[in-house]
Amino acid sequence: MTTLTYPERSLLTAPGPLSDTWFLTGRKLHALIRQPWVLAFSVIQPAIWLFLFGDLFHKIIDIPGFGYQGSYLAYLVPGIVAMNAMSGNMWAGMSMIEEIERGTLNRLLVTPASRLAIMNASVAEQAVSTTVQTLIIVFLGMAGGASYPGGPAGVAVMTVASILVGVLWGALSNMTGMLLRSREAIIGVYTFFMLPLIFLSSAFIKPSFMPGWMQAIASRNPLNWEVQIGRAALSASPDWAGIALRSGGLLLLAIGCVAISVTTFRAYAKNV
Amino acid sequence: MSVAIEARDLVKAYPAPNKNKPGRNKKARISALDGLSLTVPRGAIFALLGPNGAGKTTAVKVLTTLARPDSGGASVEGIDVLASPARARRAIGVVAQRSGADPTATGRENLVLQGHMYGLPTKHAKDRAGELLAHFHLEGAADRFVKTYSGGMQRRLDVALGLVHRPTVLFLDEPTTGLDPESRTAMWREIARLASADSMTVLLTTHYLEEADRLAHRVAIVDDGKIVATGEPGQLKDELKGDVVQVELPARPSERAVRDTLADVPGIRDILVAGDDGGSGRKTYVSARSDDGAAAVPAVLAALAAAGLPAASVTVARPSLDEVYLRYTGRRYSEQAEADAR
Repeated sequence: MTTLTYPERSLLTAPGPLSDTWFLTGRKLHALIRQPWVLAFSVIQPAIWLFLFGDLFHKIIDIPGFGYQGSYLAYLVPGIVAMNAMSGNMWAGMSMIEEIERGTLNRLLVTPASRLAIMNASVAEQAVSTTVQTLIIVFLGMAGGASYPGGPAGVAVMTVASILVGVLWGALSNMTGMLLRSREAIIGVYTFFMLPLIFLSSAFIKPSFMPGWMQAIASRNPLNWEVQIGRAALSASPDWAGIALRSGGLLLLAIGCVAISVTTFRAYAKNV
Repeated sequence: MSVAIEARDLVKAYPAPNKNKPGRNKKARISALDGLSLTVPRGAIFALLGPNGAGKTTAVKVLTTLARPDSGGASVEGIDVLASPARARRAIGVVAQRSGADPTATGRENLVLQGHMYGLPTKHAKDRAGELLAHFHLEGAADRFVKTYSGGMQRRLDVALGLVHRPTVLFLDEPTTGLDPESRTAMWREIARLASADSMTVLLTTHYLEEADRLAHRVAIVDDGKIVATGEPGQLKDELKGDVVQVELPARPSERAVRDTLADVPGIRDILVAGDDGGSGRKTYVSARSDDGAAAVPAVLAALAAAGLPAASVTVARPSLDEVYLRYTGRRYSEQAEADAR
């Protein structure tokens, strides 16, 4: 065996949440890059929805008052983007459980690493994967004949909104995973929220075609805000005030959810 | 004596798992620590010995800032782990029972990231990783994914991860569980070296009596969340005066018959009878204690022969930690281990 010389203790600087976030995000992204097919596979389901619904219900466009560029598939793109952002990140808690079972989370928690950074790394990973997935859906829509009058700027705005929704649900999922440490609970949360939130939004249908009570719920549904942001941003003349208002709402919710998820480390320490 | 680790009256209970059992009290809790106190002098190898579920791991989790106790206090290197967990984390290295190494990253990447978490600049983190990989004979596998490592290699990487920042106190939770005998011996050598050459304080948990006996300067026996005995291994054994006489009988007489037979032999006490109906035929193991084992053997054999129970073999031994465990918990260690395995 060789002799260990050990680093000087003076070299051990005080790491901050920023540098911890940087290094921990690097770890997550490395894992993502090594398994790119995981990202690709995750888009298969949204792609099926896009083309299946786009084709199946293409006559919806002919309903008087629907309009929308004469393409239901184009109408669907922001809805499918929102749906993917939510469903993709609702599984974040699964990898949290895996890290708990493997002991990786505990290993990080006994180092001086910032707790905020551990959650931030998860958020950053979600942001990157959601961006890639959103862009894939945008290109699939183009391949299916959709056009985006809002141009690259509109796509960028929609992508940011999808990241916010992804972060929001990712944080909730991480929290569920850490507190309940049960995959069933995460699947339960997913099945409970996914379809109701999707169908209580304008993902598939114009709000004006909904019954009154549905419209009332949809206007308070954060997932619907994202659909509305995306659709407005992709249109020829975006309603920037509405986009700003709803984005602001999503941003506040996302920050709130991440903040709450950081505090769950306390509850975790009680039951670990 | 300067103190490196101290725990005072730690109490911790977990919510009882009550899945699929309606009607069970939802508030039911399982006690993991029930007033555990310990003191580890600086530079010592200290073993927490006990069966699964005794509270060893929970004690380590509290001492390493991971879990919060319901009551009690703990300090490491004079730092209160409950009041200043962040400071305590800089002083300690932790090798948990479950690896915690990222299987989808290489050994080197795991070590460099660990260095970063302690604030080592990248160049130093890389140097340190290289040094540890060489020291633990992992150079050849340094750039392979950890999921391809053998059990022994993974355990060596785990220990390396715990040493990245040069802690002065190292916690090892069951460092050799699941290792083959060769890897276990190598791990023992390394632990002994860390304590002597690097003057580290090492607290390890184990359910191997042999490990505690061979490695530790001090042993604490944990049972039901409390420490029931503590001392140097030799001192604990010396407290049990005399020798252990063990006799193997090639038959299965009743326990009562054996006890009655040996009750009248002078100087014999603490008689234990264990039967074995295993594949190698019916056998009975009898052990008893005597101040002078060698002198007691002829009388024991004669008494058994007179009762129609000729012995197949007889041994006289100094008491082992197994006997110490028996004396303080009322259970034989091997029996407990078997019960755990079931």
